Amino acid sequence: MLSPELRSQVKYVDVLVIGAGPAGMAAAIAAKEAGIENLLVLEREQNMGGILRQCIHNGFGLHRFKEELTGPEYAQRDIDKVNELGIEVRTGTTVLSVDENRFVTAISREHGVQLFEAGAVILAMGCRERPRGALATPGTRCAGIYSAGTAQKFVNLEGYMPGKRCVILGSGDIGLIMARRMTLQGAKVLACVELMPFSSGLNRNIVQCLQDYDIPLYLSHTVIDIQGKERLSGVTVAQVDENRQPIPGTEKQFDCDTLLLSVGLIPENELTEMANVEMSTLTSGAIVDDSLQTSKEGIFACGNVLHVHDLVDFVSAESFKAGKAAAEYVQGKKRTGKYVNMKDGNGVRGVVPQKLLIPDDEAQTVQIMFRPAGVYKNATVRVMDGDREIARQKKMIFTPGEMAELNLKPEVIKSLSGGDVTVQIEQ
Amino acid sequence: MNKDIIIIGGGVVGCAVARVLSRYDASIALLEGASDVAEGASKANSGIVHAGFDAKPGSLKAKLNVKGAQMYPALCAEVDAPYGQPGAMVLAFSEDERPTIEKLYEQGIANEVPDVRIIEHDEIMELEPNVNPDVVCALYVPTSGLTSPYELTCALADHAAVNGVEFIMDTFVKEIKPVDGGFVLDTSKGEMSAKIVINCAGVNSAKLHNQLSDKELTIIPRKGEYYLLDHTKPLQFTMTMFQCPTKMGKGILVSPTCHGNLLLGPTATDIEDGTAVETTAEGLKWAADAARLTWPKENLRTVITTFAGIRAHEVNGDFVIGAVEGCPGAYETVGVESPGLSAAPAIAEYLAEMIVKNEGLTEKAEWKPAPKREKPFYAMTLEERVELVKRNPMNGTLVCRCEQVTEAEIRAAIRRPVGARTIDGVKRRTRAGMGRCQGGFCSPRVLEILSEELGLDPTEITKCGGKSNLLVGTIAEAAGKENA
Repeated sequence: MLSPELRSQVKYVDVLVIGAGPAGMAAAIAAKEAGIENLLVLEREQNMGGILRQCIHNGFGLHRFKEELTGPEYAQRDIDKVNELGIEVRTGTTVLSVDENRFVTAISREHGVQLFEAGAVILAMGCRERPRGALATPGTRCAGIYSAGTAQKFVNLEGYMPGKRCVILGSGDIGLIMARRMTLQGAKVLACVELMPFSSGLNRNIVQCLQDYDIPLYLSHTVIDIQGKERLSGVTVAQVDENRQPIPGTEKQFDCDTLLLSVGLIPENELTEMANVEMSTLTSGAIVDDSLQTSKEGIFACGNVLHVHDLVDFVSAESFKAGKAAAEYVQGKKRTGKYVNMKDGNGVRGVVPQKLLIPDDEAQTVQIMFRPAGVYKNATVRVMDGDREIARQKKMIFTPGEMAELNLKPEVIKSLSGGDVTVQIEQ
Repeated sequence: MNKDIIIIGGGVVGCAVARVLSRYDASIALLEGASDVAEGASKANSGIVHAGFDAKPGSLKAKLNVKGAQMYPALCAEVDAPYGQPGAMVLAFSEDERPTIEKLYEQGIANEVPDVRIIEHDEIMELEPNVNPDVVCALYVPTSGLTSPYELTCALADHAAVNGVEFIMDTFVKEIKPVDGGFVLDTSKGEMSAKIVINCAGVNSAKLHNQLSDKELTIIPRKGEYYLLDHTKPLQFTMTMFQCPTKMGKGILVSPTCHGNLLLGPTATDIEDGTAVETTAEGLKWAADAARLTWPKENLRTVITTFAGIRAHEVNGDFVIGAVEGCPGAYETVGVESPGLSAAPAIAEYLAEMIVKNEGLTEKAEWKPAPKREKPFYAMTLEERVELVKRNPMNGTLVCRCEQVTEAEIRAAIRRPVGARTIDGVKRRTRAGMGRCQGGFCSPRVLEILSEELGLDPTEITKCGGKSNLLVGTIAEAAGKENA
């Protein structure tokens, strides 16, 4: 397909990492530490660090570093490591295509169009915010409606205020963080409105970002109308029933100039789909095995592009595994054995990985992650191999806002029957 | 300000008229009430170039629609606007609807629409496998086309501007007063005068008409609400799929756009306020439910936005185009609802011909060709991209990741003859912010580029003119106020 001239420009790299956010950086570090020398990271922004750059609040790194860092501080530790290891990173570089043979095209101002053939590709593109349009919320299309992350970028990176009187729709973590941020910056946050009967954010953010500032949280409510011809002038909020339909007579009017949306994050998988990787409708990410390899050999995925995490610490942990696995793949350490499927059972949504290898040689501990489908108190998560329980964990509370995880020990993996493994929550 | 000709309204019709008249020796200004061209009905419609089977034979609508549709391929090539001809079907879901299809077929023949025919269930399913299998028969219209109405309007405006037409935005015409030798216009920017006025004011056109004529016209604004879906491959429908028309309009459609998105809608609701372009819960629900008849596996998971547009429906149902009776020097295009976009090129020629003859305009020695634009980055092959970035490295920076728009393209859109001044203006000209994240990632950067190019403070940049500023101040100011 390529002209001979372009063919001659194709550069081979052992491991190509797409994205230099926390996932891409961790994956690159792990690949390098596993002995990969011919390694390249491509990043569309001008700087490494991804979305952490604009997360100037603290609370990052408690698990990984046992200390509380800001987003930029957390990112800087990986940036320093990437630099120290001499990993080549091309910033300002947008990947245009990836195919299943790991042929990658990218573009940047500095290097123009770049063509790569990679021994392994690690997808670490992160996620994007669900916009207002996707909600089909009725009303006008005026100025003053931002996704919370866009507002965060304006405030924290550009130094501008997007508004003075805000309502926040959705209780995702970025929305909660921005409720506090806007308040500290002199804006009035009138309410945080959540469609579901529970918050999708971390409990610590509900406490520290809303309750501490007396910002009311309306659960089972939503915005049903948006007003304002040029700039936003108000929103109408109503309570919803169990089918999430607005209940007439419960309307509340808020006069505001800003509506921030924190209504969900969507893994950014346009490139993944170009490579014809098999996708999960539950996570909106690739289907992967326990080495984070996708359905296409040599293509790995990690971080928020795989499934949306709550904590960057877990993104890093997952991405180290992907980097190491990609390195081993390139080094020809072939994994052999029999695959079993992991299934979502009662109360569970989006188990990752979706496939487990029962290896012919020695097994290793596998961490499985999933999101509870609802709120469950004093409940137990059980992992079942057919009718046989192979792991369990009891917790005071499971909520959709907090990713749950569980380890399967090597001997458990070796003992699997080969049938489907189901993860379920029981109360 | 004093001009030979003032055109009121920067929609597709006003801009098409401006472009045709820019051929002639006259000083021309176009006044637009909004901050940009294509801010009214021209930005919010189906984008379909109707072949012309729908209009009543013998009506001005029918004549100008068929002629306009035939002009489209050459016009879009000339001014560099998108055009495609995927074809269309009007679907009948029961034998009861067959007579309607037959009537449309006969109208199509009477209006001289090429190649129309009635096709039956099996052929329909073969052409469009995702259509409701209950479909009985359909009118098949292979010459039905698509354009991007706002990109076309911008391109027409650019072509007029390079030939001397002055575009004056944010200028709302309140009143037209006939005076000796012409007209005085009372506008939101003060008085302006012209020998000739051309009223292309869309939903406001009847109001201006009634200031000049005793023969009253009445426009009932008719709202249409739409869903826009992401461009996914493969596209669910390759052709524009109409249902049988009702007395309110052409019926709900499911159609690809010329950029490979899918469009669902429009509703048709008569409203009082011609500026009320908000969507409604009822309207959106109705559109989603109605479209399901065409597309039973309707999937709204990939909706990227919803919007509403206003049709300027004149109560008598036909276009009113020509000289204003009893008011020499005044011309108008009133009641240009669907198929107004399809007819726009023909409307402009028809009206211009009349004006040239009545007013004795003479052709200029030189009429400059439309400014050529670079092929959009998203539509380029790899080889073309390689060359493009070599030529201008600024194309190496992608600002809009969803629609693959480069920094160079955004700067070029601002520097066009009738350039973008707002976030929405950039969006309509380049598609930056038109995609699935709806500007979440690129809008801060687009805002920055606008402020650099226009020499404005970032707080002065608006979404769509007026007081639609995106930013209210710096964080230092905000904090300062709080502490004071």
